[in-house]
Amino acid sequence: MQDHDVQPSGLTRRCVLSGMGIASLALMSSPALAQQTIDLHVPGGPSTRPITTSYPQKGRMILQRSSPPWLETPFEVFDKGVFTPNDQHYVSWHWANFPGDIDVDSFRLTVRGQVNQTLSLSLKDILQGLPRIDIAAVNQCAGNSRIYAEPRVAGAQWADGSMSNAIWTGVRLKDVLDRAGVKLGAIQVRFGGLDEPVMQAAPKFLKSLTIDHARDGEVMIAFGMNGEQLPLLNGFPLRLVVPGWCGVYWVKMLNDIEVLDQPDTNYWTATGYRVPDTPHNSVKPSETGFKMVPVTRNAPRSFITNIRNGDSLPAGTPAAARGIAFGGDCGVARVDLSIDGGQSWQPTQLGADQGTYGFRQWQTQFTLPVRGARTLMVRCTNTKNEAQPDFRIWNPAGYLFNTIETTHVVAA
Amino acid sequence: MLRAVLPVAAVLGLVLLSHPGQTATITALKSPKVDVPASDAMFPAGPGSDAINNNCLACHSADHVLNQPSLSRQAWREVVDKMITAYKAPVSPDDAKAIVDYLVHTKGTGAS
Repeated sequence: MQDHDVQPSGLTRRCVLSGMGIASLALMSSPALAQQTIDLHVPGGPSTRPITTSYPQKGRMILQRSSPPWLETPFEVFDKGVFTPNDQHYVSWHWANFPGDIDVDSFRLTVRGQVNQTLSLSLKDILQGLPRIDIAAVNQCAGNSRIYAEPRVAGAQWADGSMSNAIWTGVRLKDVLDRAGVKLGAIQVRFGGLDEPVMQAAPKFLKSLTIDHARDGEVMIAFGMNGEQLPLLNGFPLRLVVPGWCGVYWVKMLNDIEVLDQPDTNYWTATGYRVPDTPHNSVKPSETGFKMVPVTRNAPRSFITNIRNGDSLPAGTPAAARGIAFGGDCGVARVDLSIDGGQSWQPTQLGADQGTYGFRQWQTQFTLPVRGARTLMVRCTNTKNEAQPDFRIWNPAGYLFNTIETTHVVAA
Repeated sequence: MLRAVLPVAAVLGLVLLSHPGQTATITALKSPKVDVPASDAMFPAGPGSDAINNNCLACHSADHVLNQPSLSRQAWREVVDKMITAYKAPVSPDDAKAIVDYLVHTKGTGAS
């Protein structure tokens, strides 16, 4: 854990545009201005989505669902830097019933259950009464890239943009739990927010962590995101940040922390968000009889961000490739590029380490020797020596996809 | 769409972007007081569209369903069943059947 700095997003964009020159400027912004829908290029269902700018505190987003909102970060954002601007950080809610107006004076975070002293903390208590930390961490939905599942599966049809990286500012969950005093016999901590199901009988959205995980000193209650308060749709005023773990655990509008001495039996912890307990959580579509386990940690991933499918590159001329990677629940050890469909791999240069759990930029030069169709691939190996697999991960709910990404280009 | 990649701009952009700035110090929070958009879009008319409009739009907008891939009858049945059993959607058996039929008709794969 370390201190991190972030640049205001507006400044970042101006620097880029002034530095990149007229040709590149036109290349990036003219399709963006003209485009009202985006084609995600998938077979087997509707492939286009509207681009929306209608959501509060949000810029251009891919509209995956109007209500409860599923707003996807457009992929070109990932080429602009490792920190996703707050106004393009992806959005995902389970229930539509959450407030658009939160009174910051009366808001309270309750800490209750198996504790010596129930707490009712104001935002002032949290902002001014506890030590602050900053952690850079990728918030990735467990269902990121589900739209690419073969065969297709039901669920939020995310392309690769239900992931975003930010520097989170807040307080350690451990410090809050210590203030309440966790009793002997506590085994889990359950988190709830201000969102409520529309149907009264429906299960309120809750998630739990083990008591040891909750007290690891990294899990935090964030009130800041890239130096600003959280956008409402990203969980204002407080959200749980669980570095290295899937976004489903990052409970938004967090107002209730309950220390449990029995396993949490609520639907979202005990039943929902399950993957096969198999290598890479992958099974064949016809397979049955495997054990299911909860989604937990992120897996390593990497993406080329400056070259897209269908791009044309000059044969015999050096070209630059760059992108982002993240290690999952640990750092990035290396990122390798293949320009021959995975037969051989070349190392890339990693950018500055801006946080173990955050995006890390990589870049390299490569030359496509002769004209024709070529397949670029990029592979992240994390600091636990876990590399992205080369086979297509599939499971019934489309979770935790981290197969090596492939980009088809033409050397011309 | 074919487009050329500009290696010089690419490298320059990378250098400029990785330069860090200063984190602002947050001393107090301010309520954003926003309106979150909703959608009043209905499902395309057809056999069973009343059932799906009446039972499904209370919890989620129609684009949730319309953006789903084509699925088999069995897969659609599982989706509707999950809405009823896991998420407690109060859907009558007759309406559940009409909804599955609507989905198979409009977003089916032809597989059972």
